[in-house]
Amino acid sequence: MTRPGAGPDLAVGGFVLLLALLAFWQTSVIPASPIYAQVGPKAVPYVVSAGLFALGVGLVASALRGGWSHALEEVREAPPTNWRALGLLLAGLAANLVLIGPLGFSIAASAQFVLVAAAFGSRHLLRDLALALVLTLLVWFLFVEVLGVNIGAGVLEGLVLRALGQEVY
Amino acid sequence: MMDSIAGLQLGFSHALTLGNLGWALLGCFLGTAIGVLPGIGPALTIALLLPITFKVEATGAFILFCGVFYGAMYGGSTTSILLNTPGESGSIITALEGAKMARNGRAGPALATAAIGSFVAGTIGTLGISFLGPVVVDLALKLGPAEYFSLMLLCFVTVSAVLGGSALRGLTSLFFGLLLGLVGIDLQTGQPRMTLGVPELLDGVNVVLVAVALFAVGETLYMAWRHTNAAPQVRQVGSIMMSRQDWRRSIGPWLRGSLLGFPFGVMPAGGTEMPTMLSYYAERKLVKPEHAKEFGTTGAIEGVAGPEAANNAAAAGILVPMLTLGLPTSATAAIMLSAFQSYGINPGPMLFEQQGALVWTLIASLYVANIMLVVLNLPLVGLWARILKIPQPQLYAGILVFATIGTYGISNSVTDLVLLYVIGIIGMFMRRFDFPTAPVVIGMILGPMAEQAMRQALTISEGDWTTFLTRPVSLAILLLAVVALVGPRLYGRLVSRAP
Repeated sequence: MTRPGAGPDLAVGGFVLLLALLAFWQTSVIPASPIYAQVGPKAVPYVVSAGLFALGVGLVASALRGGWSHALEEVREAPPTNWRALGLLLAGLAANLVLIGPLGFSIAASAQFVLVAAAFGSRHLLRDLALALVLTLLVWFLFVEVLGVNIGAGVLEGLVLRALGQEVY
Repeated sequence: MMDSIAGLQLGFSHALTLGNLGWALLGCFLGTAIGVLPGIGPALTIALLLPITFKVEATGAFILFCGVFYGAMYGGSTTSILLNTPGESGSIITALEGAKMARNGRAGPALATAAIGSFVAGTIGTLGISFLGPVVVDLALKLGPAEYFSLMLLCFVTVSAVLGGSALRGLTSLFFGLLLGLVGIDLQTGQPRMTLGVPELLDGVNVVLVAVALFAVGETLYMAWRHTNAAPQVRQVGSIMMSRQDWRRSIGPWLRGSLLGFPFGVMPAGGTEMPTMLSYYAERKLVKPEHAKEFGTTGAIEGVAGPEAANNAAAAGILVPMLTLGLPTSATAAIMLSAFQSYGINPGPMLFEQQGALVWTLIASLYVANIMLVVLNLPLVGLWARILKIPQPQLYAGILVFATIGTYGISNSVTDLVLLYVIGIIGMFMRRFDFPTAPVVIGMILGPMAEQAMRQALTISEGDWTTFLTRPVSLAILLLAVVALVGPRLYGRLVSRAP
């Protein structure tokens, strides 16, 4: 009796159940408290785990009765999955993740910017790159100098700081 | 009453200094801009601005945040009207009639009635905060931990189960948030919880990270998933002058919308959807017969003026439980609460006593922000419309630049970025499967507070769990929560059974 489209809903219910099991397991390994307390550190985690489990069961039951996705206007009218856009965007996130350690924020975030812009259909690779470098450097200086956030200077930030005659920290 | 007037005098004397006016102006400007931009909202912006709390004293920072909060409400209507894509849930109704007016070349008056309506509602709402706040504080001072815990349970129910499409999905979002809130060292006993053995998680999951993940990364991923190359069409603004008739038709809806919206914000229901919807239906019923046919066809100005006022008044109302009880009922309020916490200030009834100057300066700044916003929005509406022309690729790429630095800046840790992307992907699926995201952030902030209140209550009662039921106020609040949870469903079942 499952309608088409109930499969993804079932997967969501399953995911919530898995999350609940993970929560149960993590609660069970909380060490017993040496300090006396009326309510120990485990009580609320057990309640939350049980709640998640019950909700997961509810979602699975709802999915087995046909699911809820088919009733959502946004899903019915949605265009097909844009794998190219999604893939490029995920590549952008991955590039940022890999580059931010060795090369610093500006270069990593610029690589991400170009890939994300391409994901959303931009065809001006070089223009995006120039824009990205300016934007990321501005944002870096805004956060570091104005907001006082401690983000280490990477390759590019170091070059600019040296060009400005400042010490690189 | 006298308290309020004395408080406001004190507040204005602080708010009208050059520095604080500057913070308000900056906040209003930033808030309008992000309100106009589709895809980002005040919760995300304030989350990204949180590092400012290390450098700027509390008053300035909160004036800035409140400017952003109010400004985003003004800006949101511009997007709904000119682009027909509501930037946030409160503007969905505005888009109904507003976009139709814009299609018929009446975008200017629609924008004007939205801005002036927002001003009327913001002023009424701020008056409400000024005079209702101290009253709620007096009541709140009588509440003990048991009542507080019950109040938080009520809050959980209303923000997740009453609003939105489904109680099941709303509560799932809430419990996901509660789970995230549990991660880290237990404050009372020092035991690590839910850390999966990852040392970085001992400090807990940062609320900024979660807000950025859900509101920026998840949203962007979802937009890419559904991306098509069709460019949205931005309507021309034209003249913003309202005719005499426009004024006459707007005044009633402004006032009704404000009076409808404010109580909804104050009650821990948190949403702006319900009051805007109610205002829309009310105006549709009350409209003069000669204009009734404009609804749904050429666009009726009443349908913009009323909901837009209701939206702003409800948003103002949300500040009442936030400031007086320390209970956040929207994602933005939850982030603001965490800003208070990072100053070591606990919002709640004691706030008005211990931080009187801060609270009243904040409230006075809301009046100031309102005036600034109506001035910024009417003549500069052309500028805001230009922001809408930022092309999508660069807009989303830029949003992710800010998301990256906002998260990486917390601890310079790649682990945080991984967590950001994982929760972002969960956020994308939440969007696809219609799970609301605000309850996650609210649960994360409110969950640990509720646990603390519960433990305090049980310590006072020496472990007697019935304390929540035997204290009359606590029992009454709990019953209210049960009614809020099952009431709508019971009612729905009764209605569907009736022939």
